[in-house]
Amino acid sequence: MATWRMGTSRPADDTTSRSNPELSHRVRSLVFLPAVSAVTRPAVSANGLVPSLEICGLHKSFGPLEVLKGVDLKVAHSELVFVLGPSGSGKSTMLRCCNRLEEPDFGEIFIEGDLITGRGVNLNAIRQRIGMVFQAFNLYPHLSARKNVTLALRKVRGMRWDESNAHAMEALDQVGLADKAESYPSELSGGQQQRVAIARALALEPQVMLFDEPTSALDPELVGDVLEVMRNMKAAGMTMLVVSHEMNFAREAADRVIFMDQGQIVEQGLPAEVFGFPRHERTRAFLSRVKGM
Amino acid sequence: MDQWDRFIETFFNSTVLSKYAPSILEGVWVTIELSLLIVIVGVVLGTFLALLRAYENHFLSFLIVVFADIFRAVPPLVLILIVFFGLPNAGIFLSSFLVLFLVLMLILAAFSEEIIWAGITSVDRGQWEAARSTGLGFTQALVWVALPQATRMAIPPLTNRAIAITKMTALGTVIGVPDILNQATTAQSFSGNASPLMLAAIAYVLLFLPLVVMSRWLEHRFAWRKA
Repeated sequence: MATWRMGTSRPADDTTSRSNPELSHRVRSLVFLPAVSAVTRPAVSANGLVPSLEICGLHKSFGPLEVLKGVDLKVAHSELVFVLGPSGSGKSTMLRCCNRLEEPDFGEIFIEGDLITGRGVNLNAIRQRIGMVFQAFNLYPHLSARKNVTLALRKVRGMRWDESNAHAMEALDQVGLADKAESYPSELSGGQQQRVAIARALALEPQVMLFDEPTSALDPELVGDVLEVMRNMKAAGMTMLVVSHEMNFAREAADRVIFMDQGQIVEQGLPAEVFGFPRHERTRAFLSRVKGM
Repeated sequence: MDQWDRFIETFFNSTVLSKYAPSILEGVWVTIELSLLIVIVGVVLGTFLALLRAYENHFLSFLIVVFADIFRAVPPLVLILIVFFGLPNAGIFLSSFLVLFLVLMLILAAFSEEIIWAGITSVDRGQWEAARSTGLGFTQALVWVALPQATRMAIPPLTNRAIAITKMTALGTVIGVPDILNQATTAQSFSGNASPLMLAAIAYVLLFLPLVVMSRWLEHRFAWRKA
């Protein structure tokens, strides 16, 4: 993983560091924007390195509105990919397709090389491998922080009470809230609630974490704690796909920034590239609008 | 004998009261027994129907809605009379106690189904998404995430409805269930005095006032601040 990050200015494509017959095609497809891609090959590559998350030709429409118009994306092991874009660009929908809260119309999604789209996939099994953090936290208000975490451990993992509690306390400790285990969501600040929500997802030991605007509902002074937790997760090697507007966080923590607009990935690259030298007019327009805020 | 004495004589005649108090007490037990059965079975059945409806099977949901609407629309007394006087013609003989229990239980089930269903639908979509995203199945999310929240929202209307319907056990009088009111009207006709009815009223107050107070406590207990 480190090879591509240092060896190429296009970390988007994990095949660039290897001699791969598909290399030229893959690089070109990046340059010319994969508007409608025919890439449907399985995620296993020649040397056995499998992306943690691979999205191939993802399409999604809501009625007449085409929200995703063929999205291709690979997220490598332990990579933090940051997704930017104006509202309505399809970034949340893309994220929600990754654990099939939205059902893709076309396209394939792989987690660690396993196809998760299509019929015959055990959704409840696959969702344990994909943690999701929501803008509105979505903690269960009738359960304490600890029980918010243990519910899935007991009901899905079949853990016993004491085992699930130990597991939950460990997860809460990771987000710095072990002392709030018995508090109810209504007794916690927004930032603390979001951290409990992260612990709830973390406790299932997912292979990929999806963040859907995790700090957008927070007061500015509470954002830092949540970002700190995300930074720690990143340091611990978690694979993360983050939809957010926290540019500074992206600059500092992201391995790669993706700019989406009108249902497509318009541009991607290192944070410094995308923020410093955006190649596309739409990216420039968006960034200047956001900076103007 | 002045007005006041006549009033006391009519409504609080001590001889009549002491003579018929034991039979009214028997009625109290009948009423309690009926009420408990109606509330427990009715609410459980209503909850079950609401859960069933959550699966959004068109046929099942249609049947449940038809059931709920009919039992909420027809006056209880009409249902009681139809069942009690109608079924024997069809060769089905049920005791008056059973008829009263069945009808009121089904009415409460119909109301609780609607109340709990309303609670389930008002649970935020994000709650479902959070539950499903951690691998919980639909039924697990329904039972462990949606239902507890729906129940909390349902408790104030549900307790009110349960009290209203258990009070209707007094309708059993017309088909001869020996409940409080029946015992009291029997005593009233034997004694030619209204005191047993007053005693019945007092018994109802003693019986239901704690429930009303408890419902208020429940509302308070199960209210939580919106996160």
